[in-house]
This record gives sequence, structure tokens and C-alpha cells, in this order.
Amino acid sequence: MSDHDYTPSSKVGKWFNDRLPLLTLANHLTDYPTPKNLNYWWTFGGILTFCLITQIVTGLTLAMHYIAHADMAFESVEHIMRDVNYGWLIRYIHANGASMFFLAVYIHIFRSLFYGSYKSPREIIWIIGIIIYLLMMAAAFMGYVLPWGQMSFWGATVITNLFSAIPLVGEGIVTWLWGGYSVDNPTLTRFFTLHYLIPFLILGLVVLHIWALHVPGNNNPVGIDIKKPSKDTVPFHPYIVIKDGFALLMFMIVFAFFVFYSPNILGHADNYIEANPMVTPAHIVPEWYLLPFYAILRSVPDKLLGVVAMLSAILILAVLPWLDTSKIRSAVFRPLYKQFYWILVADVLILGYMGAMPAEGLYLLIARVATAYYFLHFLVILPVLGFKEKTIPVPLSITESVLGGSPNLAAARNRESSENLK
Amino acid sequence: MSDKKPERRDFLFTASYAVGAVGAAAVVWPLIDQMNPDASVKALASTEVDVSSVKRGNTITVLWRGKPVFIRRRTEEEITEARSVKMEDLIHPEKDEDRAKNPEWLVMLGVCTHLGCVPLNDKGDYDGWFCPCHGSHYDTSGRIRKGPAPLNMEVPKYEFVNANTIKIG
Repeated sequence: MSDHDYTPSSKVGKWFNDRLPLLTLANHLTDYPTPKNLNYWWTFGGILTFCLITQIVTGLTLAMHYIAHADMAFESVEHIMRDVNYGWLIRYIHANGASMFFLAVYIHIFRSLFYGSYKSPREIIWIIGIIIYLLMMAAAFMGYVLPWGQMSFWGATVITNLFSAIPLVGEGIVTWLWGGYSVDNPTLTRFFTLHYLIPFLILGLVVLHIWALHVPGNNNPVGIDIKKPSKDTVPFHPYIVIKDGFALLMFMIVFAFFVFYSPNILGHADNYIEANPMVTPAHIVPEWYLLPFYAILRSVPDKLLGVVAMLSAILILAVLPWLDTSKIRSAVFRPLYKQFYWILVADVLILGYMGAMPAEGLYLLIARVATAYYFLHFLVILPVLGFKEKTIPVPLSITESVLGGSPNLAAARNRESSENLK
Repeated sequence: MSDKKPERRDFLFTASYAVGAVGAAAVVWPLIDQMNPDASVKALASTEVDVSSVKRGNTITVLWRGKPVFIRRRTEEEITEARSVKMEDLIHPEKDEDRAKNPEWLVMLGVCTHLGCVPLNDKGDYDGWFCPCHGSHYDTSGRIRKGPAPLNMEVPKYEFVNANTIKIG
């Protein structure tokens, strides 16, 4: 991990560091050489760390007032909203925080897709990231159940019933998950327990994610291997810290807008009706961040295959480093991949929209085409593209990509000359 | 693999691992099984319903084991419609005669076999039920006719205790 020796300047620091090298770790983190061309798409790692900590802190405080019981959960959430000091603020931060967390993670994932950050030697970072993403979905789903509203109840019913698609043991698994013959109090209490646990698992995986990142170092927009430290790098502190900090402030403005001006816009009105096992709401929709996968589930007319397709859509990401056969990382030098990348982005957005619409008629047809394309992208286009695509020559260093030998050369020169005119 | 003959120590290793695995499984099982339905949940296994007030063509919904149960008193047309369907037209072939022993009364779990939503009464393309979640259509016998659900709505164990009372479970 550390390729430089570090000795604390103070005697006490040295004494401590010889026994527990925390200061060496701190020094590694501040001096950590970072590519100097990282753009703002690289600031979402820091933003995600902020989101996780926000969820843990607000979650802990909410748990001091929430009661995990089918008869009292709904009321206790209203109690938090009306009676608890700043309870409304803490709950709105927590509820919208989940959406912000997913917004950031999707940008983070699509950043990796564009710049090929999942490729060798960063496969383990990527896979840990996918596991974190899966845990995030589990945590978000179980958290949504806790207020025990209509969407909570029926969302829980639909999602747990996905397991009933497994042949032979499916029904048994569902009964086991429920602790009864339907979603009820035992389900609520165990979901609360797991919802409390998962963020700490994520925290542990984030440490591994960053640890694995610090072995090869960051990828960068040019996507080439660079010497570290060199003229192509800057120390993490203060350069990246300040840049991440600025991006975080911008992100917090968006976050605060939702919390203070439209705290319920990302939720469903049905969840302000207490859970009723006798009535299913007219239109069950998951939270926005799960919609693309929900659309895939519904676009397959068979129950088991629908569940298989939905899970594959997520798990296929884990093997992405081996599906993408191209040696070139960054889409900047892959003219064809760049186009397919944007088609994929559009495809996922279309799937998300279809997931929110009723599964019938034209919506269903479009969802089916989009589902087919999603798998086509990963299973056919990416593997073939690596062999067929004529890529643009990559620069030898980040500095060269700015000063010469790059397709952006003209632009860079123009900028320079316009600066000279000032 | 080496050609070395197994010795005393190899036997000890294998035996220790085996005992350890059995011990670990024995400890893990209670931790898993505690999540299964407990004694108090199982105790609520049956429920009795008075159906004397249900008119023909109406459905009442009662809660049994936390799940809705539809009790429909069918009209003659509905019975005829349910009984005239050809078996080849069914996704999950079941005779209406087997689902409703007393043709006037259809008793079944009001739970869509797709993902567990409660279907809506008197809706859908087959004059029976329609699930709003993912668009499954059921006929007047509660059999799946169209949509993603794989099975007919389940008929629970029930009996007429007397002319006006149904015991479910």
C-alpha cells in the first residue's frame, strides 16, 4: 500500500505510530498521488461517503423514536413527523437521502462505464462496488417497509414473493422470510433489524473498496496507466479534497432542495395510508431507483424467468470486466463504444420510465425491446466491439494528452491562444 | 494430490473438521429456524365466517392467516361460464367442479399467484378478477387466463359447518 516511508515529526507521534501506524495511514491518505486530470465525475466517491454517513447518523436518531411493531410503526412515524423535535427534518433527510444516495451511485457507476474504470487491474474494486450496490438496494427496500404504509406493505409483499418463483423450495423460503403466512409483524421486526445492520456492512465494504482502489490508484479520464507519483499526479490533499468539497457543496444544494422544498415528490402518497392487508393500491410502483429493474421483471411474461431476468440484469454487471474485451479503457478513445454507451444510458432511462407506467400495450412492448437491448449491450455488443472497433491512439501520459498528440490538441491550443490574448 | 499414504494425523484432521461442521450446523439451525412461523402464528390456523348475508353475485373478503380470502356467491351465468371453459384454454387446468364443490360458493385465497397482490373483483377480460399490480386476469372460477401469474388462485381447505357458516383452515 505505502510506497514511501513516513516518520512522524513529534516524539509522541513516533511512539504511537510505532505501536499502531495510524499516522502512516493518515499520511498515505493525504499524500496519495491522484491523476491531475480527474474531472467532476470523479467527485462522487466522496459524495457517496457523505451520503452513507448521513444515512447512518439520521437513521440512528430516527431509531430512537421509531417503534418496530405492526400496530405502532405507522403511528410512530407520524409521531416523529409531528411531535419529535426536528423529527420532520431528520426523517425527510433520511428518506430523501436514500434517493440522493442512489442518484450519486448511478452517476458513479455510469462514470465507471464511460471511462472503463472496471477494467484490469480494478476488477475487485468494481465487484465490491456491485456488492455495495446490491446491499444498498436491500437496505432501501427494507427501509421503505418500516413506515408500514400501503406501499410499504405491498412493496414488501411483491418483493418477498419474488422468491416464490424458485422451484420446490420457493414457498418455504417466502414463509421463512415472512415468519408467517403473510407480511406481518414478524416481517417488520426482522426488516428493521436488517435495515439497521446493512449500512454497517456497507461501511466495511467501502473500506475494502477504497483499499482496493489505493492499490492501483485512480483511473482517469484518459484511461491510461500513469507513474505514481509523477508529473501526472497531484497529492490527494489539498487538491482533490478541495475539488471533492466543492462538488459536495453543489450536491448538498440539490439535496437540500428536495428536503426543504419537495420532500415528498420522490415518494408515493399511498404510503401515508396505513398498511391494509385487504386492499392492494391501484398501482404499485417501487421507488424510482429500482424502476429499470422492475420494468425488466414485468416485461417477461413468465414468473420465474422474469425474476431470473431481473437478477441477471444486476449480476451481469459483476462480470462486466470480462465481457468488455477492449484493451482501451476510456470511451474518449473508443468512438463506437462511446455511441453505444449513450444508447445504453438512454435504454436504462427508458426502462425506468416504463417501470413507472402500467405494464400493458405500447408501454409493455417498449419495455420488452429495451430489456432485450440491455442484455444485447452486455452480452453481444461489448464482447464484439473489443475486437472490431478501431480505436483512437491513446496518449503516453496525461501531460501529453493536454499538450500534444491528442484529439483535443486543437482545442487545447485554442484555449491557450485565447488566454494569451487577454 | 500426493501419493503419500494417509496417516494418523490425516485421520485426526478429517475427523475434527467433520465434527466441527456438524457442531456449526447444529448451532446455526436454531438461528435460521427462529425466523419460521412461531407457535402463536400457527395457532391462528382456522377461522369461521358467517355467510348468510352474502347475496348472489357478491363477494366478501375475510382475513385468514393475515391473507384475504374471497368468498363469492356466484350467479348462474358465472357458474355456467366457469364450467363451460375448455381445459385446453387454461394456463393451469383445473375443473371448476373441483374448485367449487358447491357451485354457488367459490372460496379462494384473494392472493394473486404472481407476486401476492389482492386482485380486484368483477374486473378483467374474463368477468372474474384482475390484478392491478402486473395485469393478471382471472375467470369466474378464479383461474388464471391471461398475464404473468402462473397458477390459479389457491382454494384453501374449508368446509360448511352449517348452511350459513364456512370454516376456513
